Amino acid sequence: MQRREGLAKLTGRERYVDDLPLENFLWGMTVRSPAPRGRITAVRFGNDVDWSEFVIVDHRDIPGPNEILLIERDQPVLAASHVRHVHEAVLLVAHPSREMARRAAQAVEIVVVPEPAALDFRVAPRPEQIQYAADNVLKQLKIEKGDVERALAHAPVVVEGAYETGAQEHVYLETQGMIAWLEEDVLVVKGSMQCPYYVLNALQHALGRDERRVRVIQAPTGGGFGGKEEYPSTIALHAALLALKARRPVKLVYDRSEDMAATTKRHPALVRHRTGLTEDGRLLAQDIEVILDGGAYVTLSPVVLSRGIIHAAGPYACDHVRIAGRAMFSNAVPFGAFRGFGAPQTLFACERHMDVIARTLRMDPVELRRKNLIRDGQRTATGQVIQDGTDRVAVLERALALSTFEEKRRAHTAFNAAQRSKRRGIGLATFYHGAGFTGGGEVHLNSRLRVAGLPDGRIEVLSANIEMGQGTLTVFTQIAAERLGVTPDDVVIGEPDTARVPNSGPTVASRTTMVVGHLIERAVDDLRTRVGLDDRARGSVVKDAIAHWYAAHPGGRLVGEAVYEPPPGISWDEQRYQGDAYGAFAWAAYVAEVEVDLRTCATRVIDFVAVQEVGKVINPTLARGQVQGGVVQGVGWALMEECKFKDGAMVNNQLTNYLIPTSDDVPPIRVAFVENPYPHGAQGAKGLGELPIDGPAPAILNAVAAATGTEPRAIPLTPERLMDLTR
Amino acid sequence: MKLLLPETVRDALAHMAGRDGVTTPIAGGTDLLVHWPVRLGERDRTYVDLWQLQELKPLRWTADALILGGLTTYWDVIRDRRAGDEFPLLVAAARQVGAIQIQARGTWAGNIVNASPAADGVPALMAYGAVVVLESQRGTEEVPLDGFYTGYKDMRRRPDQLIVAVRIPRRRYSYQTFAKVGSRRAQSIAKVGLAVTQSDDGWRVVAASMAPTIRRCPAIERLLQQGAVLRDSDDLLPAIARDVSPIDDVRSTAEYRRRVMARVLYDELRETCGWR
Repeated sequence: MQRREGLAKLTGRERYVDDLPLENFLWGMTVRSPAPRGRITAVRFGNDVDWSEFVIVDHRDIPGPNEILLIERDQPVLAASHVRHVHEAVLLVAHPSREMARRAAQAVEIVVVPEPAALDFRVAPRPEQIQYAADNVLKQLKIEKGDVERALAHAPVVVEGAYETGAQEHVYLETQGMIAWLEEDVLVVKGSMQCPYYVLNALQHALGRDERRVRVIQAPTGGGFGGKEEYPSTIALHAALLALKARRPVKLVYDRSEDMAATTKRHPALVRHRTGLTEDGRLLAQDIEVILDGGAYVTLSPVVLSRGIIHAAGPYACDHVRIAGRAMFSNAVPFGAFRGFGAPQTLFACERHMDVIARTLRMDPVELRRKNLIRDGQRTATGQVIQDGTDRVAVLERALALSTFEEKRRAHTAFNAAQRSKRRGIGLATFYHGAGFTGGGEVHLNSRLRVAGLPDGRIEVLSANIEMGQGTLTVFTQIAAERLGVTPDDVVIGEPDTARVPNSGPTVASRTTMVVGHLIERAVDDLRTRVGLDDRARGSVVKDAIAHWYAAHPGGRLVGEAVYEPPPGISWDEQRYQGDAYGAFAWAAYVAEVEVDLRTCATRVIDFVAVQEVGKVINPTLARGQVQGGVVQGVGWALMEECKFKDGAMVNNQLTNYLIPTSDDVPPIRVAFVENPYPHGAQGAKGLGELPIDGPAPAILNAVAAATGTEPRAIPLTPERLMDLTR
Repeated sequence: MKLLLPETVRDALAHMAGRDGVTTPIAGGTDLLVHWPVRLGERDRTYVDLWQLQELKPLRWTADALILGGLTTYWDVIRDRRAGDEFPLLVAAARQVGAIQIQARGTWAGNIVNASPAADGVPALMAYGAVVVLESQRGTEEVPLDGFYTGYKDMRRRPDQLIVAVRIPRRRYSYQTFAKVGSRRAQSIAKVGLAVTQSDDGWRVVAASMAPTIRRCPAIERLLQQGAVLRDSDDLLPAIARDVSPIDDVRSTAEYRRRVMARVLYDELRETCGWR
């Protein structure tokens, strides 16, 4: 079928928040902290501006608690007396002219008496740098299985390694933006977001409004990648505060440099491995330490850490595992949700470490993985028994065959001997990604979804899950149409508007197709039951029954509903971090081939193969697109995307100096799926969205290691870093 | 902001003569508009938009020179077949500038007066011995490009002078090469740029992103002139240290730039110079 919003996007007719018609409105602008930490002693308004023309908002204008509602309530909507990071929002201004608002924002001086800032998450803070709990630790988590110390003490071989990953900017094509206005007494906020109900809850909390007086609508969203999971709550609150004070619509849209400077990024990480093995490469013990830079507020760091440590041991069987993780406070712009959510960092370390182990043992890295990949019946680090029937070694073999791994390895030996300044290598990563919220998260979300019958026999899906380029509208249409045996044209996807749609949970965590799609199937079944049909009824029978129902119930509204139910037999112990971390895992093996120019130390990825088992593939075109997009984002994270920080704030906050891959930097990406339907996902689907960002970085660095004989342990592996290793 | 729209070079020169204070000429706008949303101070200037000055657009061939007009774009040169044959480094450099949209708007003269140490077009022009033709109400002045820059963003152009042409002498070249090292394969800013030529006039080695201005490298040129025999790229480092002074910045490090310049230069010249 055709992508639902495809034509509008292709022809430029799709209207994003900045394109929406708006009359008699003001442009909002944010005045931000100049310092990483300190006490605000004055706010000075410049003399060159006629301030009577402006609406000005500070923390005193917040009707409710000055808190952005998230896991903790430590982050203010607007800083009051202290700032904790550069670019922290302190003041808001609004004016009918965007340029005047911009000039005014630059004419405000926030005077801060500096205090000692914590700027390196890898080193223990000095007493004067402590700002959270007793030790600046935002969250600490531990997974223990077996007796690691004993197993390491007896292991014939122990291999150690430390691995680092940098921050990454989302680079959604559409920057963050929000508009807010009043309709009578109802505050309406519309904008670019992944989670309308997160925004709704944050507005209710800080503005002291009940749900009848706030309404949140998602506008067509030009990319999210997690960057529009929690951050939109902040910009929505800012737009709302200005609109409430101005009693006029307010539009707040960041330009690229403000967006890159002030919003979240992927958590930087340091991961240490100490691994015990037999001489022939069987894993005996994995001792892993994970440290994340959380930045200046808690935001989502505890759950990013959680997913990070759960994935840290890789898709392998090992009897003795200890994973200790902590997220550290620092005076950096808070790090946040980003595709993969902690797993790319720990899987990079795990998979790079596997190749370091192989080289230490003088063993083929392929063989090391074949030997240790988890088999059905074996347990993960949290004690979850893997029993899904997927042959993970077969996934690996498929990737080796598609990439002609062995032939290429031989060819590279000849190539490298003959070439003066070029080196080629091939590398591999085997990995997995748990779909949906971790542990009891999905139960806690208690997602609810409705499907409405329409008088003409069509149906409308009412969900809070959004389209951001990944294909939700199309896949939801397919799922509903297939379940009822109707055509895609018989299905309407309702606008995500909290006044109309129930809370089916956030559009994150690779959960939309698998978890929410399954809710659509059950809600459709419920609807069918309500018109007196059973599950075998399909097509025009259903449409006619819906139309008849309306004829028989004038003024009535036909609605089917489903509420999340966990798959049977799932249990999770939040205290001990033991049990079934995810309902399902997707499994993958990625292969990268690189060419390194020894003169410039530039690495070019020249071929890429991505094989994965994601249950049933519902829409092959969109699924392939997700994988290819993830690989491109992974090429960038691995080789060139580097956030350069000063005082905890990004200083290369322009696309001229923060580089993402162009089409010329991207190799052909060959994608293959192994299908093994998951009984509790829509049509047998498992989550796919995040998986593809986990594998490229380690596969590419393993290829560079093979090409150059070095052991790169940090990304991005810029030419400058590789030169330090090859000199 | 104030935008003046002259229709002739004469009018443009009158505007630039200072009646309205110092003006900024604008051609393709590809440097200026990148920062337009954030550098609010630039909006208070007076601009002279040159885009209507048809007389400055075409490039011309004479018996002894290729003459680029003040508004000749990168794309004009890419499309000119003779330019590809006789001055291939110009075409190679032009193709490295941004993407096609930028190549179609950006001008060679604009590249010169923007005076970025990382410019792509300037090294090739300088390696071909280009001469800048400046015009003002007070007359015409010609300045060789390799003597045009006097410091970071400083150049021998008065505010009332406009580059109306860039003259590139036609010579027989026995060797020429252009290399740009960026952080990705397209649409990036040079971390190291090199243009090298050898003609009857001798060697010209020009480096970009290695000093506050794009500049020739006399110590390296001397080595080449003398036919020095080098054993590896490290042998170039002392001359590089004399010629340029790269810095650590947001794009790269001084150390990386020095080493890459040595390695690329060595590798490019190895066969021609009979080095190992």
